Amino acid sequence: MKSNSLLFLLALVSSTVSATSAEDNYKTYCWQCHGMQGNGAGVNVGDMSVQPRDHTSAKAMGGRSDADLFKVIKEGGLAIDKSVLMPPWGATLSDDEIHELVKYLRKLCQCG
Amino acid sequence: MKRYWLLIGLWIAAPALAADGKDILEQQCASCHALRGPAAQTVAELWQRKGPDLFYAGIKYKRDWLESWLIKPQRLRPAGYLYFQHIKPGDKQDVPDTQTLTPHPALAASDAKAASDALLELKPPALSALVTAGDFKGGDISLSSGEMVFDKFNGCLACHQIEHDFGGLSGPEVYTGAKRMQEDYLVSFIRNPQAWNPKIPMPNKHTAEPNIQKIVQYLVALARGAADEK
Repeated sequence: MKSNSLLFLLALVSSTVSATSAEDNYKTYCWQCHGMQGNGAGVNVGDMSVQPRDHTSAKAMGGRSDADLFKVIKEGGLAIDKSVLMPPWGATLSDDEIHELVKYLRKLCQCG
Repeated sequence: MKRYWLLIGLWIAAPALAADGKDILEQQCASCHALRGPAAQTVAELWQRKGPDLFYAGIKYKRDWLESWLIKPQRLRPAGYLYFQHIKPGDKQDVPDTQTLTPHPALAASDAKAASDALLELKPPALSALVTAGDFKGGDISLSSGEMVFDKFNGCLACHQIEHDFGGLSGPEVYTGAKRMQEDYLVSFIRNPQAWNPKIPMPNKHTAEPNIQKIVQYLVALARGAADEK
């Protein structure tokens, strides 16, 4: 019984260690277009034909449901009839990580 | 007679004096580049990388380009590697923080040749299996049609420059992409970037196979244009 508890504890610790926080994923994958401050002014925006969404704007983000945000992160802009410039991150991030990113976006916009 | 012995002695010693490519890689490249796999499996591991992985350089790069670039390196990633470690807020948008960007060291011609030879030997079987000779079918595309596929249909311009000072800054420029990289590798990489490097900020866009071919045709056309300009 003791060994079972130990195994469970080890599994819990290792899953906690390997999970990447939403903040770190946002920095790694989203900053390039949505910006270090999440305001849509990323390092790539200069020559973009469609400007990335300002994640700090309650007005721009308030109309999006959590389901839409999940879908657009996982499947890309075209999946919700938005720009092809928003790529799908489903091959890079797990569903759990995308759900955490949706929560993080809600903190940035202070909406929803 | 003494002179002959000296010449014979030099002839025997010569191979030992020539720079060993593997030694150069270990001594001058390993502090920033992974010479052994696997690629970073987590974001935390990715953040430790200071330069692109080289442990599959023999599958990825073209030898002629590699040798000439090592003699005279030029920045390929406007915002460095990795972009998020080398940017800062600007007036209108984030900008590369050039003070944090360090130039890549240049090698002497003989060292560049030896290092390129050693790099071209780096072909891990598991990754070699991702590439089939002839994956790139060849063929031509006009620059305007290629740009349409690259930008309008797939949005690659968001992160990659297609000419100096035009395009995104977070990824490597692509106007010399086909000079640098083997076409069959490019097809495989675009098809599934995560198979090569699971956590890099390059998404898998599930691009249809004909469009992957067109994108690589476009990169070849761009590289030809870049070469013509020189």
